Amino acid sequence: MASPSKLRSDREVPSPESALIRIEHLHKTYHMGDNHVHALRGVSLEIARGSFVAIMGASGSGKSTLMNIIGCLDKPSSGKYYLDGVDVGALDRDQLADIRNKKVGFVFRQFNLLARTSALENVELPLLYSDSEKSTFKDRAMAALTAVGLAERYDHHPSQLSGGQQQRVAIARSLINDPQLILADEPTGALDSKTSVEIMGIFQRLNREKGISIVVVTHEPDIAHYSDRIIQFKDGHIIVDEAITSPRNAERELAEWPEEVEEKEPVA
Amino acid sequence: MNKILQSMRIAFRALRVNKLRSALTMLGIIIGVGAVIAMVSVGSGATDRIHQQIASIGSNVIIIQPGSQNTGGVRTGNGNAQTLTEDDARAVQEECPSVMYASPIQQNQQQIVYQNNNWATRIYGVSPEYLTIRDIRIEEGQPFTTDDVRSTNKVALLGKTVVDSLFAGEDPIGKTIRIRKVPVTVVGTLVPKGQNSSGQDQDDLIIMPITTAKKKIMGGGRQNNWQQIGQIMVQARDGQNQNAMDQIEALLRQRHRLQATEDNDFQVRSLEEMAAAQEQATQIMGLLLASIASVSLIVGGIGIMNIMLVSVTERTKEIGLRQAVGAKTKDILSQFLVEAVTLALLGGCMGIMMGVVASLGISYFAGWNTLVSLPSIAAAFLFSALVGVFFGYYPARKAALLDPIEALRYE
Repeated sequence: MASPSKLRSDREVPSPESALIRIEHLHKTYHMGDNHVHALRGVSLEIARGSFVAIMGASGSGKSTLMNIIGCLDKPSSGKYYLDGVDVGALDRDQLADIRNKKVGFVFRQFNLLARTSALENVELPLLYSDSEKSTFKDRAMAALTAVGLAERYDHHPSQLSGGQQQRVAIARSLINDPQLILADEPTGALDSKTSVEIMGIFQRLNREKGISIVVVTHEPDIAHYSDRIIQFKDGHIIVDEAITSPRNAERELAEWPEEVEEKEPVA
Repeated sequence: MNKILQSMRIAFRALRVNKLRSALTMLGIIIGVGAVIAMVSVGSGATDRIHQQIASIGSNVIIIQPGSQNTGGVRTGNGNAQTLTEDDARAVQEECPSVMYASPIQQNQQQIVYQNNNWATRIYGVSPEYLTIRDIRIEEGQPFTTDDVRSTNKVALLGKTVVDSLFAGEDPIGKTIRIRKVPVTVVGTLVPKGQNSSGQDQDDLIIMPITTAKKKIMGGGRQNNWQQIGQIMVQARDGQNQNAMDQIEALLRQRHRLQATEDNDFQVRSLEEMAAAQEQATQIMGLLLASIASVSLIVGGIGIMNIMLVSVTERTKEIGLRQAVGAKTKDILSQFLVEAVTLALLGGCMGIMMGVVASLGISYFAGWNTLVSLPSIAAAFLFSALVGVFFGYYPARKAALLDPIEALRYE
C-alpha cells in the first residue's frame, strides 16, 4: 500500500521535492543503414522518489528503449534525462557505469546470474566495481540476501536454485549498493504465477520499507497492478499514464494463497 | 593490488571452467618457453665452456710457435721448424714494452719413476714466469726460481694427477723422483685445474726449469741445439694484446734477420682472440637457436589470443551484466587481460620447468655443456607475461568496448 506521500525514507535526499527521474522531450533514433528507427518520439515523464511504476506496451513500442535510457545503459538522441538531478546525457561511458553502480539496480527476466558462482558472490558482484571496502562485502551481501529471505542459501550456485530463488538472488544483487532505483525488465516473465506474486511482494516491500523507487516493465496487466502507476507506450509515445489508487497487495494475496503456501514457504 | 588479486581469482575460476581448453592453450606457451630456455641454456653452456677455456689458459696469453719448414720443397706444418730460441724468449720479455712476461716452453713425454711406481707424463721445461702466465698456483712447497733455471737445478713441480699416481698418500715435497734415470727433487705441487674444454687432464704434468729439462733430461735427438725451444708463451699487458703481437713480430723478424720479402719463420697467435672469435660464433648460434624457439612462443601467444576471443564471445552476456552493474571499461579490460596473462604465466612457469628438464636431458644424453641461468628464467617469465599482455590486449579491449545493451541481449 505504498503511495509517494506516505513514504518513509531514511535516505538523504538532495532536494526532496525534485523528482527522481525527470525526462523532457526525449527522442531516440536508431540508425540502421538507411533506415532510421524512431524508438522514442518526444517522451516527457517524471517519476517521484519512492514510487512504484509499471511500464507496459507491445514490443517495439519504445518501452525497452526508455528502460535502457532510464537505466543509464543508453543515452538519448535528443531531449534531457535527469536522474537524481544529474544530466545523464552529458556523461561519458565510465561515468554512466558509475551511476549504474551506485544509483540503479537491475533485475532481468532471465536473472542473469553468473553460473558456477555462489549466490553470495553473485550478490557481491556490483561491490567489485564500487569503491567499497573489501572487508564489508560479505556482511553486506548477507544482509541483502536476508532482505530477500535467502540467507541460508548463500553458498548455493544458481543451478542449485529454483527460478524464484534465482530471481531473489538477482534482486539482492540489485539492492547491494543501496540504489535509489530498481529497474526490473519483465522480472516475472520466466516464473510461474505464485512465484511471480512472491517476487512482486519483495518489490512492494522494498518500495514500502526502504523507499526504493521501482520501475517494472511487463507485458502482464496482472503484474502491472502491483504498482501504483501504470504507463503505457505505443509507437514511441506515452498513451496512458494512470495512477492506481488501490494496487494489489502481494503479501496479502500470498497469505490467502490456496494449499501449497504452507509447504512451499519453509523450503525457500 | 587487491584489485589484481581479485581479478586473478576471477581469472583462475574462468580458466578452470574449460580445463582442457586452457591446458591446450597453455601448451603453446609451455613449449615455446621450454624451447627458449633449453636453447638458451645450450648456447650459454657453450659460451661458458669457452670462458673456462680462456680462464684455464690465463688471460692475455700469446703463443709464439716456430713456422713451417721448407726442406727441398717439402713443407712441414707449423711448429716443426726449429727457429725459436731461449734468447728469443728473453728478448721478447725484455724488449717488447707491451709484454709483461714471456716464457720459453719445451715439452716432452717422459716416464717418471718413484720407488716402485712409475708414470708417463708430460714434462714442461719453462721459466718461472710460466706459472704466472698460465695462472698456475703452488699448493704446497715452493716454485722454482730464476736461479734454479740459471744453475740447471734438478727440481720439479708436480701436478695433482702425477702426485696421486706416484705418491699414494705420501708427502711428495723433498722426495726425489727419477726422470730418464736423472734424479729430480720435488719442490712443490700444483693447485689442480681439472679438465680443459677438450677433456684433457690439466693436472697430469711436471713443470721444471727449461735448462734442466733440455740439458739433463730431453738432451740429444731433435733438441740437439740447446738453444732451440718448442714455443714461447707470452702474457701481454692488459688491453695491449695487439700491440704486443706487433712488437713481437717486429722483434723476431729483426732477430731472425728476415728480409722484407721473406715470410715469418714463426707464428704469433693470441689465444684470447681465438677464443673470443669462437665465443662470438657460439653466441650467434645460441641467438639463432633461441630465436627459432621464440617463434613457437609467438605461435603460443596467437593461441592465447584465439582462445581469449572465443572466450569473450562466449561470455558476452556476462560482460553485459558486469557492465550493467557498474563495471567500467578498465574493469573489463583488466579482467580479460589478467586472464590472458594468467594463462601465459602459468604456461610460462611450466615451460620454465620443462626447459630446465630439457636442458638437463640434453647435457645428460648428448653430453653437451648446458647452463640454465637465473636471468634466462627471469626473462622467460617476463616474456611470457609480455606475450599474455600483447596477445590478450586485443580480445580484452574488444570485451571492454562492447555495448552493454547489445551484450545483455546476446544469447
